[in-house]
Amino acid sequence: MKEKDRLVRTIFRAVDEYNRGLSEGGPLEKSLDKVLFGKSGRLDSLGLVNFIVLIEEKIEEEYGMAIVIADEKAMSQKRSPFKTIGRLAEYVSQLLEENKNG
Amino acid sequence: MADEQVILITGTRKGIGRYLAHYYAEKAFRVVGCSRGEVDYELDNYRHYCLDVSDESRVKNMFSEIRKLYNRLDILINNAGIASMNHVVLTPLETVHKIINTNYVGTFLFCREAAKLMQKRRYGRIVNFTTVATPLKLEGEAIYASSKAAVASLTEILARELAPFGVTVNAVGPTPIETDLIRSVPKEKIKALLDRQAIHRFGEFRDIANVIDFFISPKSDFVTGQNIYLGGI
Ligand SMILES: NC(=O)c1ccc[n+]([C@@H]2O[C@H](COP(=O)([O-])OP(=O)(O)OC[C@H]3O[C@@H](n4cnc5c(N)ncnc54)[C@H](OP(=O)(O)O)[C@@H]3O)[C@@H](O)[C@H]2O)c1
Repeated sequence: MKEKDRLVRTIFRAVDEYNRGLSEGGPLEKSLDKVLFGKSGRLDSLGLVNFIVLIEEKIEEEYGMAIVIADEKAMSQKRSPFKTIGRLAEYVSQLLEENKNG
Repeated sequence: MADEQVILITGTRKGIGRYLAHYYAEKAFRVVGCSRGEVDYELDNYRHYCLDVSDESRVKNMFSEIRKLYNRLDILINNAGIASMNHVVLTPLETVHKIINTNYVGTFLFCREAAKLMQKRRYGRIVNFTTVATPLKLEGEAIYASSKAAVASLTEILARELAPFGVTVNAVGPTPIETDLIRSVPKEKIKALLDRQAIHRFGEFRDIANVIDFFISPKSDFVTGQNIYLGGI
């Protein structure tokens, strides 16, 4: 559970930075289940690119690992890991595990 | 832009890349370069990474160092490339993989990572390398020419995808230049090639730098998705 908190806090730092750089559109909420992307989401595709890049950066600062979030698996999953911050956190934690082991 | 621009050039150990590293270091850019081998030179404004351009994790790590050191990337020059002359019937699959990995996969990977850094400042210039072997349909260069055709197509589409980030993506297509890349091509073949150009001479490093200077100028913010062949092809 602690590990999950650490990860969510890290992603929230990306949310903060995303919101600071915002010129248009509403701010992202620090919520695990608000829809990010898709019909009712806050992010358009550019916003998503921007946000994903920020998460990769924050993860790297926190964990010292350079990961690629939009990898093959992420793009081919039926349940998109980009839908909510909760799902993103789940997905990133898998990536971090794999990175540690491999 | 008042402060020093950061330019990343791939394939700087020798040939065109080596020239470009020196050229831009002299012009007071901060130059970051890479190649599989070490470089035998040192420059004030230059930092080298030894890596294969198609090695995703090494490339990612280099980009995160660039981010930590400079927190910006203004220009990317995807120069690293390899060629191999061979009749298709005599071409080993391994050669095909190597060429595609360096010329195409490497270019893609660098474009992707550069775009992530460039979009932060809503500014960037990417220049890819194509070749006249593609429009001239040179026999013996099927794999090389088609790998560069893929780079040309990538350039055109990325120009559109990255335009909203303020990033332009263009390409330069050199004619034969006397580097190791073409050393194994028979003299008569080269001569025949030069004869097909509007201007019948070898290309020089400066010819390439000239086109790149145009593409990377902050003033060229309305020039994107273009591929300029040298020599009048
Ligand atoms: N010369 C010509 O006539 C001509 C014509 C048309 C287009 N071009 C294009 O111009 C570009 C430069 O060619 P050049 O003539 O300068 O060739 P070159 O003299 O053979 O130099 C190639 C450079 O790329 C590096 N490189 C090769 N494979 C790499 C890899 N997998 N990862 C990282 N670095 C790699 C090499 O260093 P390491 O070996 O240390 O890795 C070297 O510094 C290429 O894209 C080529 O296709 C050249």
